[in-house]
Amino acid sequence: MTDLDRIRPAIAGLAVETLASRDGIAVLETTPAQLHELVARLRDACGFELCTFVTAVDRFPADPRFEVLWQLQSIAHGDRVRVRARVGGERPSVPTIVDLYPGAAFSERECFDMFGVVFEGHAGLKRLLMPEGYEHFPLRKDFPHQGIEPDRLYREWDRRRHEKAAP
Amino acid sequence: MGSLKPAGPSSAEGGFLATRADWLVNWGRKNSLWPMPLGLSCCGIELMAMIGPRFDIARFGAEAARFSPRQCDLLIVAGTLTWKMAEACRTIYDQMPDPKWVIAMGVCSSSGGMYDSYSVVQGVDMLMPVDVYVPGCPPRPDAVIDALLKLQKKIEREQPVKLLLSGDNLDEGAGTHHSFYAPNKGIPTTRSHEVLSPDDPRKD
Repeated sequence: MTDLDRIRPAIAGLAVETLASRDGIAVLETTPAQLHELVARLRDACGFELCTFVTAVDRFPADPRFEVLWQLQSIAHGDRVRVRARVGGERPSVPTIVDLYPGAAFSERECFDMFGVVFEGHAGLKRLLMPEGYEHFPLRKDFPHQGIEPDRLYREWDRRRHEKAAP
Repeated sequence: MGSLKPAGPSSAEGGFLATRADWLVNWGRKNSLWPMPLGLSCCGIELMAMIGPRFDIARFGAEAARFSPRQCDLLIVAGTLTWKMAEACRTIYDQMPDPKWVIAMGVCSSSGGMYDSYSVVQGVDMLMPVDVYVPGCPPRPDAVIDALLKLQKKIEREQPVKLLLSGDNLDEGAGTHHSFYAPNKGIPTTRSHEVLSPDDPRKD
């Protein structure tokens, strides 16, 4: 269970509502604009020293479409908290928290790879599990059947070979 | 009477000497296959067992596994090839000097196997020509040794000297300058990989 009494004063000005989730972990709903400030306060004022994961949920065809989730853990207090922001549009984007939690870099990269959520300010936001040149995002609900397009990959790899061969 | 076109290796055009030279070259090639072990998943374990003393492919002259593609002429793709790995796999194949052969070991590298998925190559023949496919998940080392013997039989039928004399031996050579397109040099792939749009009626 999340100790909400400890958290509430620190996040008061950020206009977030606290929701109870099924597993007892508090969910703080916020906006992408306020996210970075909120996470910074959770880390510095509330003692959440660990970012467990960054992921997303595709609520297609709802609008806004994506729920991006950050789960933070406090080892000192023995509790967790979840932060949620909804984003949509052609290019869903949220600010990165790599400057606060360096360990979130790979999580954000995976989230970008699977959902196409752009983390603004992330230094190396490129494909993690799928090859370069792949254009789909596999965990989106409108992902095409199979989703394999060898021709497109061959074209990208050919281009890279030519670039390498050029003096 | 129909025309009696010469058939078989001993009477094909090129003559006796070329045929004998072919036999000699093939004998050398098939008994000194140097495998490039590309162990990608669980098949790699069986591959190690095959190279090890119990199954011992040294008995067939193929024990000299080298970890540089420049020194190999037999690429054994052992395991699940993902699209992320595919470019590297094809680069390894291109770096191997001719003549070169490929064994697709296990169902994953033969056809994608149970991974009918966006992340797995549905058969390495989408990237390179394959000589022998080995079924099994993973195949036992004896199955791969059987594939090795089949490959040796296949090499016996090649005519390298005759090709050289006829001037048709226009190998592209080793190097990473080839296009990824048409990797099979005329061998069509058996599966189509079209992408269905979200409103396609075949998409469930």
